[in-house]
Formats: sequence, structure tokens, C-alpha cells
Amino acid sequence: MAATLKDYIPIVGEGVVSELELLGARLAGKRVINVNSTRVGGGVAEILGRLIPLLNEVGLDARWEVIQGTEDFFALTKHLHNALHGKSHTFTAQDHAVFDDTTARNLKSLDLDGDIMFIHDPQPAGLVRRRAEAGGSWIWRCHIDLSAPAPGAWEFIEPLVRQFDLSVFSSPQFARTLSIPQVLVSPSIDPLSDKNRDLSQSEINDILSRLGVHSDKPIVTQVSRFDRLKDPVGVLEAWRLARRRVDCQLILAGGGATDDPEGAEVLREVRERSDNDPDVHVLDLPPTSNIEINAIQRASTVIIQKSLKEGFGLTVSEALWKGKPVIAGAAGGIPLQITHKYSGILTHTIEGTAFWIKQLLSEPEFANRLGTNGQNHVRANYLLTRHMRDYMLAFLFLANINEDVIKL
Amino acid sequence: MTASNPLTTAKKSFEFYSRLNLTLLTGLKAHDLAEMAAILRQVQGSVIYHHTHHFLVQHQHLSPEPPNDFAYWIRNILLEERLGEELAAIDVMRFSTIRDLRDAIVAVIENFIERTGNVRAAPAGQEFHFMRSVSFVMPTGLRAANLLEFRDALMQVSRGSIGYHMFDARLRLERDDNDFAMWLQEELGEDQLAAALRNLDPYTQTEHGLRRRMLGLINRRLES
Repeated sequence: MAATLKDYIPIVGEGVVSELELLGARLAGKRVINVNSTRVGGGVAEILGRLIPLLNEVGLDARWEVIQGTEDFFALTKHLHNALHGKSHTFTAQDHAVFDDTTARNLKSLDLDGDIMFIHDPQPAGLVRRRAEAGGSWIWRCHIDLSAPAPGAWEFIEPLVRQFDLSVFSSPQFARTLSIPQVLVSPSIDPLSDKNRDLSQSEINDILSRLGVHSDKPIVTQVSRFDRLKDPVGVLEAWRLARRRVDCQLILAGGGATDDPEGAEVLREVRERSDNDPDVHVLDLPPTSNIEINAIQRASTVIIQKSLKEGFGLTVSEALWKGKPVIAGAAGGIPLQITHKYSGILTHTIEGTAFWIKQLLSEPEFANRLGTNGQNHVRANYLLTRHMRDYMLAFLFLANINEDVIKL
Repeated sequence: MTASNPLTTAKKSFEFYSRLNLTLLTGLKAHDLAEMAAILRQVQGSVIYHHTHHFLVQHQHLSPEPPNDFAYWIRNILLEERLGEELAAIDVMRFSTIRDLRDAIVAVIENFIERTGNVRAAPAGQEFHFMRSVSFVMPTGLRAANLLEFRDALMQVSRGSIGYHMFDARLRLERDDNDFAMWLQEELGEDQLAAALRNLDPYTQTEHGLRRRMLGLINRRLES
């Protein structure tokens, strides 16, 4: 059963939920139409699935539409997605024709009768062409890392973006020079989801034993796709250096090796380098392993996220939420989540990571303090309730776009 | 005027408001100190407000409070410890307008550039991104007509409410005083208590500590 706002009160407090209700009352009856490109899979669909019932609970009339496209269209938008992330691609007139054609067909079939059109990511951005006719306010929500797009990628989408009333980005580094206001809304984790909810010690023990991990030694963990940018090999080396001084085991848990040739290669390399060491657990988990990941994080003594390049890096918030000391690469959105030596540790090298693994395993009091501070930071800034609040504030901002202080 | 009775009833009740902030990205970024000073001169006041106040909202568990964002970037990214310290030490309570605060920040940075000729640039990807805060202010429904009711409401209100009445009223809305002190003095004649609340520096303590101190002062007055 879907969570209700009341379920969040024990986690975020009554004040936070009352504020959401107050904001909801100001937006009562507003028809908010979310449009994205898929109903299942991926972070956007996951967040919409959780947020829409909560928005409706506080009085909005939020709906969710999904655009339909041909294989050509999704091949093109995959290229666009990668190019916005920096991978070079040349866009042709034919690409524009494919994009426009799918947009036109969706404009005919979608019900866009609403007060606020909330368009997620580039795929449905072309719908803004209906703006004059459909009326309402239009928001473009970009979930993509736009810090270094390949030439031509931003140019593909920018003429559409500037027709919206408002844009929403996930991190300050993704801001562009734009004629429309840009709002910062960080991503969030849901404390009630399987990946983050509380687990009993017996649930944790059962899962760990099923995965073949014993709790007889401190556990150092990285949960991440087997991707070079997450540097699992670097984690293995750092752990080896640390283990010379402090006895501990390592879990490298992740997925992405089955449908991604590079992922499979990285996984093979990690396995080879682990040298059948009984203290190294390399776990290739299916994408549905949410409770398993939750249990692994909760059983860990120290959690690593040694990313070399990162979008927002929400796995850091997931780890901090479990009250664990986290050592992470100072990349992308990670420094927003960790203040060095206060709510976690930021490192730049394998040796630095090894040094801090030793420190945190040897100084559990300091490690616990980091974990507690990190958990409080996530509670205040990176939970679903804050995400919902920011979206409602963005909706309210649409009517007062030139104001700095808005009286409700 | 000093009230003789702490249960004096105000003609005008104190209405508690709450404030929620939405962060906007300006798309402007500074690579070095000269760019930072130049951008600071031209941006809206809400940018200065954001970078000197958002830490208080986002890191309310931290004690003592960390410096403003400018000081943090200069110290941790540009590695200019001395200038970072000078900026962190700017006493925000001294200023009654955002304009004056901006001038003070820019003057410290420009003075440093002039003295040292510093042109050190931030590493790629670690530029300073300018943002601004849009504040949404709404009534909480809590009101107080006397000191006892005021104390009880103060125990319940959100962090955003204390922030609004203590920081925003004075500096952002340029009311010369924080709302609590003003009401206590004007409506209840509580001159001494108002002065004590006016002297609290909300920038050097956590919201929890600030609320505790205010309640301590009010309780002492109620017991006197």
C-alpha cells in the first residue's frame, strides 16, 4: 500500500508534514500534469510513483502521462541523453524530424488539460509547442547532469527549454545561461522504500547469511554499478592497504554487469584482482535487490563511494541515512551531501581512502559521530518530503516569478 | 517603559509566521576572486542573502555555525585561509540592510586582491555558483497576546518561523529590529527583555541553542 504523509511523521516530525499541508492548501485543486517517457524503471518513474499520491493527498490534482515513441525516437533520445552527459554525437536534420514527428503524435493523443505542465527530461520537452493553445504554466524538470554537455546536445534542446516558464535542475553545476528562471531541486531518497526502511537485526542477518557474508569482522562496503567511474578496483586497492593494519572484510555490491559489456568487463577485472580472497565479497545483484542493498549497508561498518565522476550520487545519501560513516570521492553532488570530517569523509586518492578506512575502523566514536551528523543532514535535506516541498514551492513561484519574498 | 506585570495583554497580538525558501540558480559562476567581487556587485540582494543564510537552514545541526558560502569557498577551494577567516568573521548583526552587507563583503575581497594581487583560480568543476533564495512566508496560525502565550508559542514554532522573525525581518525586510524584540517592547513594554533578545547573535548559535536561550530569558522574566 502506498505511504501516506502520516507515515512520515515519525521520521521528519509533525512540523514538516504540517508545512506540506499548508502549502497543499494554497495549491488545492491545481491540476498538475507530469509527463515523462516511462512508467517503470529509472529514478524519475520511481520518484513520480511516490510523489503523485502524496501531492494528491494534500489537495492537488496531480496526474501522470507517458509519451509514446518509436524505436527511432528512443534511439535518438538515448543519444541525446548521452550527449548531454558529454559523449559526442552529431545530430542531423533527420534526428530533428524524428523528434518532431513523435512530439506531434503525442500532442494529438495526450490529455494536456491542466494548470501546470510538469515535463520531465528531454524526451517530452517538445510538447511545449502546444503551450499557446493548451494554456497553463509549463515547467521543464531536468534530471540529467548538464555540467559538461557535448557540442550540439544542449543546442538541440535549448530552443524548447526557453519556451517554458521555469526550469528545474538537480545541482548548481548543471545551471545554464537561460532566459527563464532556474530552480534548484535536489533529488531525494524515500525513507519508507525497501532500500531505506528500517530492518530488524534478524532480517539483516538472514540476508547477509544468504549472500555468504559473515559478521565476524568489520565490513567495508561499496554499493555501485560495476562501472570504471565508480572505481571498484580503486576501492579494492584501498581496502587492501587498510587491511594491512586493521582486519576487515570488503563487500563490492552492484549490478549492471548483465546488460552492459563494459560492466561485465569491470566485474571480471574486480573478481580477478580479488584473488579469491575469502574476505572479499563481489556481489553482482539483480536490479530488484533493494532489501539486500539495505541490509548490506546496515551491516557495514564503513561505506565507501569512491566515484571519480558522479551525477548527484544519491547512493551517498542512502548510506548516510543508515547512520554509517561514509568515505566518498569529492565528485559531482557528493560534496553537497558530505562536509569533510563533519558528516563524512571526502577523499581524492586510493591512499587517502585507505588512510580513512583505517582511521574510522580504529576510532568508532568518531566514526559514529560522522554517521549521526550525516543522517541528520539527510533527514533535513535529502528526503522525499523536502523534494515534495520544493516542487510545491516551485508551483507557487510560477505566480510570483519576479518576487523575492512571497506572502502566502 | 518597563511592564510591571508579565501578563500584560498586548493590544496587538503577535502573529507567528513561517518561512520556507526555494533556491534559484543564477547561472553565474566565479572562477577566481576578481570574478567573485565583480559578480557580487551586480547580483540581486537575494543572492547575498542566500549565501550568508542558507547554511543556517541546511546545516542547523552544526555548532558552532559554519561561515558563509563565500568564506567556505575561499578557504576550502581557493585555499586562502586568511581571507576566508576575514570573511567568516564579518559580523552580520552589524548591518541593517543587505546592501551594506554586500559592500562589506566586496570591500574585504577587493582589499585582499589589492594587497596581494591574487589571481588564483579554482580547479575546474569547483567554481563558485551563485544562487538566490526566494522566501515564502505564511501564517502558522499561532498567536500570542501576552508573554506567557508568547513563550508557549515559541516552544512550538518551526525553525523557519524563528529564522523569519529573527533574521529576515531585520536584514531582509529592513525593519531595523527583529520582530520578537520589537513586539515585546512596543506591545508589552518589556524593554529589558527586548534588549536581551536584540543582543542575541543568531549567526553564532544553532536554532536549537537560540530557541533555548530565548526561552530561558523569557522564563526568568516570568519568574521575576
